[in-house]
Amino acid sequence: MLRIEGVAKSFGTFRAVDGVSLDIKAGEFFALLGPSGCGKTTLLRMLAGFEAPDEGRILLGGKDIAQALPHERPINMMFQNYALFPHLSVRDNIAFGLKRAGMARAEIATRVAEMIALVKLDGLEKRKPDQLSGGQRQRVALARALARRPQLLLLDEPLAALDKKLRESTQGELMELQRRLGMTFIIVTHDQEEAMTMASRIGVMKSGKLAQVAPPRELYEAPRSRWIAEFVGDINLFDGESKLRDGHRLVIGTRDAGALVVAEPREPVGAGRFAVAIRPEKVKLSRRGPVSEAGRETAINRLDGVIADICYLGGTTTYKVKLDTGGVLQASVANSARIDVDAYSLNQHVVAWFTPDDCVVLQS
Amino acid sequence: MSSRRIFARPARFAAIAPYVWMVLFFLVPFAFVLKISLSQTAIAQPPYEPVFDLSAGWDALKAAFAALSADNFRLIGSDDIYVFAYVRSLTVAITATALLLLIGYPIAYGMARLPKRWQAVAMVLVIVPFWTSFLIRIYAWINILQHDGLLNQILLALHLVSQPVVWLSTDTAMYIGIVYSYLPFMILPLYATLAKMEPALEEAAGDLGAPPWQVFWLVTFPLSLPGVGAGVLLCFIPIVGEFVIPDLLAGSNALMIGQTLWLEFFTNKDWPVASAAAIVLLVVLLVPLMLYERLQKRQLEQGR
Repeated sequence: MLRIEGVAKSFGTFRAVDGVSLDIKAGEFFALLGPSGCGKTTLLRMLAGFEAPDEGRILLGGKDIAQALPHERPINMMFQNYALFPHLSVRDNIAFGLKRAGMARAEIATRVAEMIALVKLDGLEKRKPDQLSGGQRQRVALARALARRPQLLLLDEPLAALDKKLRESTQGELMELQRRLGMTFIIVTHDQEEAMTMASRIGVMKSGKLAQVAPPRELYEAPRSRWIAEFVGDINLFDGESKLRDGHRLVIGTRDAGALVVAEPREPVGAGRFAVAIRPEKVKLSRRGPVSEAGRETAINRLDGVIADICYLGGTTTYKVKLDTGGVLQASVANSARIDVDAYSLNQHVVAWFTPDDCVVLQS
Repeated sequence: MSSRRIFARPARFAAIAPYVWMVLFFLVPFAFVLKISLSQTAIAQPPYEPVFDLSAGWDALKAAFAALSADNFRLIGSDDIYVFAYVRSLTVAITATALLLLIGYPIAYGMARLPKRWQAVAMVLVIVPFWTSFLIRIYAWINILQHDGLLNQILLALHLVSQPVVWLSTDTAMYIGIVYSYLPFMILPLYATLAKMEPALEEAAGDLGAPPWQVFWLVTFPLSLPGVGAGVLLCFIPIVGEFVIPDLLAGSNALMIGQTLWLEFFTNKDWPVASAAAIVLLVVLLVPLMLYERLQKRQLEQGR
């Protein structure tokens, strides 16, 4: 439905967006994720028409809209700070776009009522934006952007101004709404949890380029580069020094964690720098190593160490294990019992273990 | 809860200071002018009577009070010269303020849309003329507008006119002078409101299908109304009482109330009539001032 082809945009000598190509399917909930200054907002603003790309094409339903003005595009945007018109009531804010479309009065009234019911703002129609709470303003902004039934809805950090609890419930509502309306959503966010929760696909941006485009699970479990692995979630990284083939497995020698056995990666390991990566929740801890025989079979990677740091997070506890081989390994353990007599204490000796399939080999 | 406890002593003094200022420098002089306006002119020192002399005793004071009359106000109300002067003052002020708004708004809008560092430069350019004396600047305009002045030389050189145009001592010259002198007072409040307006609001309007001219009329202009109000009043009120610019640049056949006042006071030495004219002017100006006050109050309420 939306095709972005080699789009680039510079501000002075700074290349904010540097040759981005991307296909977005109708009905998709797509997230642009990246640290601040990575160009994700500039890309979104080019889709909305507030910036014109220096290069490339933006095709919406096969038509190039790269140079079209904002009011000529069947795209609407929900702004980061909502940008509600302070001099207009809730009703007039929502009706603004409908009036511009030359819709009949009666039809506008019906549509506005429909939108107000959709975002649950009943009874607040006559209020001005400054008489609303943050959450209510967010809903008005959403209703205003949805009222014209755009082919594509852009959301610029839509939940950044809400507190954590409200943000989580609103995430659910946004997903539900997107499914029900069958609309295409593109959301820009710097919050990887938000992107993971809501989006069906995530595009990670770095220095104006798309670093990886993948569904949340693939992004997390099979990051394409070291940078992405570190940006999305926590990860343990051990730089590789040597590699040795052992059937369908690789034995990688690392300085900090000794020899680690990993599953053969899809792309062969090249000559450059490479590292073994393992997510903290994939690391198991025990006092004497894997318990069962089956466990012993798969748990080829066994690392001895002592607990160096404990971080209790409620649902999980993160342990930092100082390995005998020199490195530090993070392990995240679910607190599955309320009274845990088996919890580890500082300086306790532990065995950390994980399977070859839990590891990823990262190059570059 | 005692409200007296809210302010410590220095804070309380700070709260009172503006009132002290108002009483000393507005109400007391106003009382003097009001009293003079109710007196009659006399060839004496001071040039009016009666005079309140506290040393002359209670009866003399009572007699002085009885001698006060509203004759001067009746004169002003019945004499065409004064009525015309007020009407002309208001006409000139309304026309000039409208011109100022038409010229000042685009300039302020352009300034507010400049890159940040250029905004400061533009601001200095607007304020720089103030560094030269106001009178010198008006005299410079006389130089430019006179028969063989710069403007006519340019027009002749460009063959736009075949003969020098008469500019000086016309209303056109006066309007040029007024608009030139008051432009910063229109630009600065407009610029202040336009510069602090969130750019995302205009973008949102465009995003919702409004072409640029609708974005301006439906969002930018309504949101800049507080600045428009401030600019209009900052220009309108002093222009009504203006007398230097019309005196130097306009013809002498139609006078503004400021010029009439000046004539009564300095040429005719008729302090009482001049004072009465000043008081009527003040009352005329109170109407827009009160409108402004209400506008500000409404804004404050909206701001909460």
